[in-house]
Amino acid sequence: MTLKMPTPDEAVLARRAEIVAALRAIVSGEGVIDDADELRPYESDGLTAYRQPPMAVVLPETVDQVAAVLRWCHANGVRVVPRGAGTSLSGGALPLADAVLLGMARFNRILAIDYADRIAVVQPGVTNLAITRAVEEEGFYYAPDPSSQIACTIGGNVAENSGGVHCLKYGLTTNNVLGVELVTIEGEVLRLGGRHLDPAGLDLLGVVVGSEGLLGVVTEVTVRILPRPETARAALIGFPTVESAGQCVADVIAAGIIPAGMEMMDRPAIHAAEAFVQVGYPLDVEALLIVEMDGPAAECDHLVDEVARIADANGAVSLRVSNDDAERLAFWAGRKAAFPAVGRIAPDYYCMDGTIPRRRLPEVLRRMSELAAHHGLGVANVFHAGDGNLHPLILYDAHKPGDLERAEEFGNDILRLCVEVGGVLTGEHGVGVEKRDLMPAMFSDIDLKQQQRVKCAFDPASLLNPGKVFPTLHRCAELGRMHVHGGALPFPDLPRF
Amino acid sequence: MTVHHPTTPEDLERLFADAVGHGGKLELRGGGSKTAIGAARDAEIVDLRGFAGVADYDPPELVLTVRPGTPLADVERLVAEQGQMLAFEPFDHGPLFGQAPGTATIGGVVAAGTAGSGRLTAGGARDHLLGFTAVSGRGERFVAGGKVVKNVTGYDLPKLIAGSWGRLAAITELTLKVLPRPRVVRTMAIEGLGAEAAQAAMADAMGGPAEIAAAAHRPALDGRAAVTLFRVQGFAPSVEARCAALPHLLERHGRTVELPADEAAPLWTSIGRAGALADAETLWRVALPPSAAPGFVAAFDPLGGRWLLDWAGGLVWLGFDGDPALVRSTAEAAGGHAMLLRGPAELRDRVPMQHPRAAGVMALEERVRRAFDPAGIFETGRFLDHAHAH
Repeated sequence: MTLKMPTPDEAVLARRAEIVAALRAIVSGEGVIDDADELRPYESDGLTAYRQPPMAVVLPETVDQVAAVLRWCHANGVRVVPRGAGTSLSGGALPLADAVLLGMARFNRILAIDYADRIAVVQPGVTNLAITRAVEEEGFYYAPDPSSQIACTIGGNVAENSGGVHCLKYGLTTNNVLGVELVTIEGEVLRLGGRHLDPAGLDLLGVVVGSEGLLGVVTEVTVRILPRPETARAALIGFPTVESAGQCVADVIAAGIIPAGMEMMDRPAIHAAEAFVQVGYPLDVEALLIVEMDGPAAECDHLVDEVARIADANGAVSLRVSNDDAERLAFWAGRKAAFPAVGRIAPDYYCMDGTIPRRRLPEVLRRMSELAAHHGLGVANVFHAGDGNLHPLILYDAHKPGDLERAEEFGNDILRLCVEVGGVLTGEHGVGVEKRDLMPAMFSDIDLKQQQRVKCAFDPASLLNPGKVFPTLHRCAELGRMHVHGGALPFPDLPRF
Repeated sequence: MTVHHPTTPEDLERLFADAVGHGGKLELRGGGSKTAIGAARDAEIVDLRGFAGVADYDPPELVLTVRPGTPLADVERLVAEQGQMLAFEPFDHGPLFGQAPGTATIGGVVAAGTAGSGRLTAGGARDHLLGFTAVSGRGERFVAGGKVVKNVTGYDLPKLIAGSWGRLAAITELTLKVLPRPRVVRTMAIEGLGAEAAQAAMADAMGGPAEIAAAAHRPALDGRAAVTLFRVQGFAPSVEARCAALPHLLERHGRTVELPADEAAPLWTSIGRAGALADAETLWRVALPPSAAPGFVAAFDPLGGRWLLDWAGGLVWLGFDGDPALVRSTAEAAGGHAMLLRGPAELRDRVPMQHPRAAGVMALEERVRRAFDPAGIFETGRFLDHAHAH
C-alpha cells in the first residue's frame, strides 16, 4: 500500500474485546462481526488496490442502534468508518485498523412513496435502482443513475453525491434529494430538509450531500421522483478527429440542446468495446459520440434530426439514428461495457474521474497520450462529453512489479492536468483516499482548512471517516484559532499521515 | 450609519480583521433590495457593489463567472444575448418593498437563495452556484467548488453559501451554471378551480408526460377569476405536442386553454414575485409539500388571509396580518416552514424572519457559522435566532 493512513491508536487496538462487547450490547446476534475471515469481505471497496480489515463491523437495524453505536464510539474515542454497498471507486469506505466499520446494509426498506408530491422516502441501504423499480409501475423513476446503480445504495449516493450519464440534464444526487435524517457522531438525530424545496435556515443538507461520510451517518433519505420520459432516441456518430467530435458537442449545446446523455469514446475505447460486444461500432474513426434525447416523441424526433445536421456539419463520417429501443440500447451496449471490455485488453485497469472545460478536450487527450508514453502504459478514454467529465482507463498489470505505482503516478498526472486546464480532480467518484493527496493541486491550505472547519462543526474529535478527503490532519482546536494572515502561520502543520 | 465601499479582496480582509479586533458588526449588502427583511440592526454596511463585472463567460461550457455586485438585470441581459438564461429565475425583491426595480445584484439574489417559478423543475440558486471566491469572517480569502458544471471535489460549500444571507463570508466572485433559453414558451390554463382542485391538477400535470416547467395558481383576485397556470417550454414541435396533450391529461379538472403571452406574462409575475399581494402589509413565504398547500391556505381563508400558490403548490405566498405564531405552527404542521418576508418593523423586531429550526439543527448551524465567522462579525441581530430556537 503506497497510501499513508492515520496511525492506528494502540490503546484502541488493545481494547478490541471491550469494544466488540460494547457493540454487541447495542446490536445483538450477527449484527457485530469480529471474526478475521468474516471481516475480509469488508477490507476494501470499489478501489481494490487498497485493503485493510476493520477492527470490527457493526450492522445496525434501527436508528436508535446507529445513534447508540455512534454515541458509544464518541464517548470512547473510537473511530468510525460508514459504509453503504462498498462500491466507492475512491476508497471512501476503506476501513481503518482501529475503527469500527458501520455498515448500513440492513436499512433496506422503502418507507413511503407519494406520487402527488413526487417523492420517495427510503432507508439508506436501498439500492439506487430499487427506487426506480419501486415506482416504475406508476410511470416514475429516480433520475441519477451511476453505472453501479444495481448495487450502490442511496446512502452511498448521498455520501458521494453520485452522478451518472444523465446528470447534465437531470442533475447529480444533490439536485434530487430533498431531505435526510442524519445521526451525528455524538448520537444526535437531526432532520435536514424534508418533503419541501429550500431549507428554512442554512443549507446543511447541501453540504452533507457529497461529504463522503465525514459529517454524519444518514439513516433516511427523501428523494424526488420524476415521470419517466415517453420516449428516448439516440444517435451514434463517428468522427475522424477528436477535435471535430468536441466541436460537435459544443455546437449541440450552442443550439440550445441539453441531451439526456452525451458520451464520447476514443479510439482505444471504441476498439475494446467493439471487440467485446460486437454492436457495430465503426472502427475507422478517432472518436465516437452517443447522443441520447428523451421526452415526447415529437421532441426526440426533432432533436435527433438537429443533432444529425450538426454532426454532418462537423464532418461526421458515420451516423446512425436509433429507430427503436433495441437499437438504442445496442448503441449503449458498447459504452456500458467499456470498463469490462478494457479489462479484456489489459490485466488491470485504473479508472480516473476528472472534469475539464470541454473546449480543452483535444489538448488534454494529446497531452494524455504523451503522459502514457512517458509512463509506458496504455490509456483508453470514455467521456461524459456534455459536462466535461473524463474517465481515462489506465491499463496496467498488477503482477508486474512497479506497474501499479506507475499507473497511480500516471493517474495523478492526468488529474493535475485536469486542474491545470481549469477543471477539477473529481466529477463524480469522490476524493476518498484516492485523490486525497492531490487536493492541494486544486485548493490552497486556507481553502482546505476552511472546509475542515465545517467538518469540525459536525465532528470536533475527527472520529468519522478520518484519513479521507483531507491530505493533512488538523486538530479542530487549532483550526478554530484566529491568526494573522498573509504571512507565516503561527503554528506548524501537523505532519502528513 | 457607516458604509464601507471596498473594491478589492484585500480591502475586505482588512475590514473584517478590524471588525474582529474591535468587536464590530458588519452587514454585507449588494443593491439593498432586501434590507427591509429581518429585524432592525446596528451594523456598519459593507457595500459590495464595488465588486462588479463579468470575469469570464463561456456560453458553450454553460458557465458564467461574475462578480457579486453586478446588477442582476445586467447578468440577465448578457446571458439572454447568447440565448441563455439563469434557469433558477432569480428576481429583484425591490418592488416587494416599494423600490424601483433594478437594484438587485447577482450576489444578493444568490446569497438570499432567491428563485422564481422555474425553481420547481430547474432547481434553485443552490443548484446553479458551481463555485465561488470569498473572504470569510476570519478575514481570509478562500475558494470553494469549481468552474465546471460537474464537480464533487471537497465539500459542497457553494450549497452552504447560497441562501446564507451574508452570514458566512463575502463572495467576491461566483461561477454560475447557465442554460439554454427555451425557444418557445407557452402557457396553458384552467379557470375557476379552488385550492384543492388546483393543487390536484398541478400534481397530475407534473406527474404526467407533458414536462411542465412551472405550475402556479391564483385564486379569484382583483376582478379576475381563479386561474391555474402551466408553463410549457422548449423546442417548437415538442411544445406543440405537449400543449396539445395537456387538455386531455387534465380533462377531469376542467377545460384547459392556452393563454396569449401578453396575458400570461403578468399573471406569472403576479404569482412568482407575489405582485398580486402588493397591498398585503405582512407577507409570508411558505415552503411545504405541495399536497399540504390546500389545507394550509384553508386555515387562513376564514381569517382574511390572502394567498398565491407557486411551485405546483410547494410555495405559498401568504398575505396575513394576524398571529405570526399561527402561521409558523400551521406551516410546521403541514411539514414546511414560513419565512417572514415583509411586515411592519415592530413585527420584524420580535418575529425572526426565518422559521425556527429544531434546537439541534440551530446549534449545528451556529457552529457552522462560527467555522466561517468565529468572532461573529456578521451576527448583526437581523435574524433573531438565539432567542427563538425551540
